[in-house]
Amino acid sequence: MADLRNKFAGIKSPNPFWLASAPPTDKAYNVERAFKAGWGGVMWKTLGEDGPPVVNVNGPRYGAIFGGDRRLIGLNNIELITDRPLQLNLQEIKQVKKNWPDRAVVVSLMVPCEEDAWKTILPVVEATGADGIELNFGCPHGMSERGMGAAVGQVPEYIEMVTRWCKANTNMPVVVKLTPNITDIRYPARAAHNGGADAVSLINTINSITSVNLDIFAPEPSIDGKGTHGGYCGAAVKPIALNMVAEIARDAQTKNMPISGIGGIGNWRDAAEFMALGAGNVQVCTAAMIYGFKIVEEMISGLSNWMDEKGYKNIDEFVGKAVPNVTDWQFLNLNHITKARINQDLCISCGRCYIACEDTSHQAIMATKNGLRHFEVMEDECVGCNLCVNTCPIENCIEMVVLKAGEIDERTGEKVSSEYANWTMHKNNPSTGE
Amino acid sequence: MGRGHLEKRILSNRLEPNEYIKNFCDLHSPLDQHEALVEAERCLFCYDAPCQTACPAEIDVALFIREIATNNTLGAARTIFDQNIFGGMCARVCPVEILCEQACVRQASEGKPVKIGQLQRFATDLAMNEDKQFYRSQSPSGKKIAIIGAGPAGISCAHRLSMLGHEVEIFDAKQKSGGLNEYGLAAYKSVNDFAQKEINYILKIGNIKIHHNKALGQDFTLKELENNYDAIFLGLGLGDVNNLNIKNENAKGVEDAIDFIARLRQEHDKSKIAIGQDIVVIGGGMSAIDAAIQAKLLGAKNVTICYRRGKEQMGASEYEQQLATSKGIVIKHWLSPKKIKTKHGKLTGIKFNYTKLKNGKLINIDQSITLKAAQIFKAIGQNLISENIDSLQLKSKRILVDENMRTSNKKIFAGGDCIYGGDDLTVSASANGRDAAIAINKQLMEEAK
Repeated sequence: MADLRNKFAGIKSPNPFWLASAPPTDKAYNVERAFKAGWGGVMWKTLGEDGPPVVNVNGPRYGAIFGGDRRLIGLNNIELITDRPLQLNLQEIKQVKKNWPDRAVVVSLMVPCEEDAWKTILPVVEATGADGIELNFGCPHGMSERGMGAAVGQVPEYIEMVTRWCKANTNMPVVVKLTPNITDIRYPARAAHNGGADAVSLINTINSITSVNLDIFAPEPSIDGKGTHGGYCGAAVKPIALNMVAEIARDAQTKNMPISGIGGIGNWRDAAEFMALGAGNVQVCTAAMIYGFKIVEEMISGLSNWMDEKGYKNIDEFVGKAVPNVTDWQFLNLNHITKARINQDLCISCGRCYIACEDTSHQAIMATKNGLRHFEVMEDECVGCNLCVNTCPIENCIEMVVLKAGEIDERTGEKVSSEYANWTMHKNNPSTGE
Repeated sequence: MGRGHLEKRILSNRLEPNEYIKNFCDLHSPLDQHEALVEAERCLFCYDAPCQTACPAEIDVALFIREIATNNTLGAARTIFDQNIFGGMCARVCPVEILCEQACVRQASEGKPVKIGQLQRFATDLAMNEDKQFYRSQSPSGKKIAIIGAGPAGISCAHRLSMLGHEVEIFDAKQKSGGLNEYGLAAYKSVNDFAQKEINYILKIGNIKIHHNKALGQDFTLKELENNYDAIFLGLGLGDVNNLNIKNENAKGVEDAIDFIARLRQEHDKSKIAIGQDIVVIGGGMSAIDAAIQAKLLGAKNVTICYRRGKEQMGASEYEQQLATSKGIVIKHWLSPKKIKTKHGKLTGIKFNYTKLKNGKLINIDQSITLKAAQIFKAIGQNLISENIDSLQLKSKRILVDENMRTSNKKIFAGGDCIYGGDDLTVSASANGRDAAIAINKQLMEEAK
């Protein structure tokens, strides 16, 4: 049985599955249920400074997009930080941490961009016994217009400054949560690093309009006929998040900084992928909001079984293992030649591979053979693009076969070379300069 | 259980009133919006979709299902009606298990095809319930076409001709339009007078006049129509039935299955239909199944279908056979009727010879079985009444047509069950009528040049 225990930025938890700062972690009731279900830790929903609580809209807060069978694949929200009194949250955090000493309780914070505001809140949070703080520099709606959340996260200098204030005013580990609503994630990550952050977490939600109501011509979710951009999350954002995590994990300046991976994680495999790209643990929100806290059972058993199967005794053995394999396009091996091959025993003859290739790609699949419906790749036309694999509804029906060195690529008529050769070495590259 | 539960004789009101209602309700309850969306999303939108190829009317199934999935259900209905104006009835009665759904690639991948028939019904029901009319007659061509038979072939032909601007007159021997849609088919496949509702919906296109109770040969001749109309379409169906040619075939209680089925269809109150306790149905096609199941639903205790060949040769689909056996009907194979038994003029049973194949030929063997029967329904095939169309070339006792549905007489076209190569499917009849109309239009336009 693999050891799932996690130590992230000095914070211990029984497993690497934490709940992200969001509605599921807004109060003791939910967090207690989460811990009972087996979650390793929580990022308590963002606290603001003391005073009149935040006000939320009273209409719909969420918009969604669906895949087949109404499977939710993307969710957006316009909810703000906690709208409960600060003192109540603090009391509950203290009690929950006392009840669950082995779980991680990290408190998300968002106060105005003034050092005094941080100086005021940090000691009271520390007094709860919480394990750390997460600086919410990512929230894209509502708070950013007030100079907080993403408004800070989009300015690396502010990130560095606020991180530094926090490090100077608390002993708790400081995790900086990054917004993806920027052009290059490495800049805010470096700023957090320079400010002394113990870790970064990402991604926060993405600015989005999920749909438009075509009866009233208003974005969804619409409130009294108007809508605003909300924060997008769920399975649909995972690829964006993975890329950003990888960029930070392989950046020379930030590569040793712990990363908490967030963004569309719904099962053990998603989690393992984030961790392979350098995340020391993961945070989940949308999947729990759709299916409830029980999903963590699948995540624990799935990750554990996979680790057993692969022989990883603990998480550290595979965290970051895929990072060296993330590279730039120009370094990809141009002598690596693949061809699609359709397994005729598995093929159900839907013909989608054919029409995708025929209409939109390389005309490399035949639709008939000897007058019969039959789908087969013509290797002399196949560029190995993989589109057919992606449109095929049957798992593993179409395989990408790698040509061995010495074999002839029927498309070019050339022998496959065993040498590694990338664009920087290619004769067509004007800067190669022969 | 009704009072007649154990009564041997033929009687009505065998069951409690609510049992009739339950037994003769819709065979498949229609999909609701949610079910339709879930099912529509299963469609893979195949290239050159096999379901469309398998459909005798070549409905663009993948397109109409995608239209349902994207909340464009009326668009889906139009896609269906473009190819088959009887899309509503076909959604109910098509043997999809041997047509589109058999070809569905989801059958290959999971043994569970997309419910194409049910989705077709979902779309067409909406259009009909909203009385959404998609077609209008083009400007009048001045041409008049006569159609014999107001069944699916004739009405489909009339509809398409009207679309193309021609005036149509239909002559039908029966009191009501619909042909087998109205007088054939099991009652539970077309509930709430659906056949008439559908025809009313189709006829709203206008320029189609129907003369009922007008039979070819009795009330008019083909020659007269030829003289008075620019073209003729024959959707005659098969008016004659085969006989067993055995003793006591005319005994009381022996009836053609299609007559029994028609009686059931025409009787609103099914409790009035009398049925015996022991029923034998002879035949292996859809009519045999429809008659047997409905006999059972009326309260018959023992219903046996006897077919002279094996299971594989039965015309009824596997699904239909299973439907019958699930209702408690026994299907016996390799039995050839030998003698109908009576006592004091009353039907008591039927004796069968066992049969087998010898060198590909069906022969009787020297063993027999006798089954008790208060009623016997014969479903052993139907024939074309050809005496009034003897100027036309026939093949295997059916009207010979070319690929344009044209008979040996250039002015006369035909389609549906009456043509050579026709199957007994509503969808084929409808497709034939459509194609004949297109061919007639083309011919008339060329003549006018």
